[in-house]
Amino acid sequence: MDSDLTRKLIETVAQSLIAAEEELTALDQAIGDGDHGINMKRGATAVLDGLDGIVEKPTGEALKATGMQLVMKVGGASGPLYGTLLMSLGKAWPESLDRAGLAGALEAALAAVKARGKSDLGQKTMLDVLGPAIEALAAGKSLEEITAVAKAAAEATVPMQAVRGRASFLGERSIGHMDPGARSSQLCIAVICEVLEGVQ
Amino acid sequence: MSDKVGIVIVSHSPEVARGTADMVRQMVGTAVPLAHCGGNPDGGLGTDIAKIIAAIDEAWSEAGVALFVDLGGAETNSEMAIEMLPEDRQARAVICNAPLVEGAIMGATEAWGGASLDEVRATAEELSPA
Repeated sequence: MDSDLTRKLIETVAQSLIAAEEELTALDQAIGDGDHGINMKRGATAVLDGLDGIVEKPTGEALKATGMQLVMKVGGASGPLYGTLLMSLGKAWPESLDRAGLAGALEAALAAVKARGKSDLGQKTMLDVLGPAIEALAAGKSLEEITAVAKAAAEATVPMQAVRGRASFLGERSIGHMDPGARSSQLCIAVICEVLEGVQ
Repeated sequence: MSDKVGIVIVSHSPEVARGTADMVRQMVGTAVPLAHCGGNPDGGLGTDIAKIIAAIDEAWSEAGVALFVDLGGAETNSEMAIEMLPEDRQARAVICNAPLVEGAIMGATEAWGGASLDEVRATAEELSPA
């Protein structure tokens, strides 16, 4: 992937996360500890600060470096989780970039996040958005369709009961709120698809 | 370097980490290697992998170190910190599934008595409901 596109993708995702700080914080205040917005903003800001160094690397290495920034700077559980996603994606990045190769790398990254969080689909987490979105990509869906799948998947976390993370302390009271990690994942997917639409 | 298992305390709050370490010190004095850390990279509530790695180094013992953590992010960040240690140290740094204060005190008391890392962990984990 050319470095201009890598820069555009990372920059746009980071800026969107920074802009969504208040919304993510509000979602996390409802069922967690209220730090998701500020933590993602801290991570995104650190990535933007180091962006020049990141984009001069080959794509796989650039993803690993971005993931490492999140791991070191976020300060909450979302750092290791998003960091693991990007570091594993970078490690599995295909030599020739096509749909099947990308889907395979994303599936490997998803498995790594499941292991890191000791979690799986259906537990009201980011996995509930990433799983269906990656499946849609693998199934040959368009960017627009993938965006719609991710949006519906984030909304589908509202009636779920959390069994992992701080939200699980609330038990049934976690039902009725969108999971903040599912929302931040959906936001990233929407922004990535939008940027990619623009270059098609 | 002490031959006793080291104890590392990781909390979202720097004050909780320090207070827990004070209580451990009161029990075992300076015979057990002990380090604590808390707070995110900006100093707010949260945890910081770089600080966790530094705390593990500070409390390092050839007998290993037992980590005590409070909530989810502290555990996840501690797992990442352990994976970033030199390879020969990774198996000798373990996170104990135990309540922070009680676990650290029970674990340190075991360590003070010369228990192995596995014994320290097992004793601390007895405090957790099965």
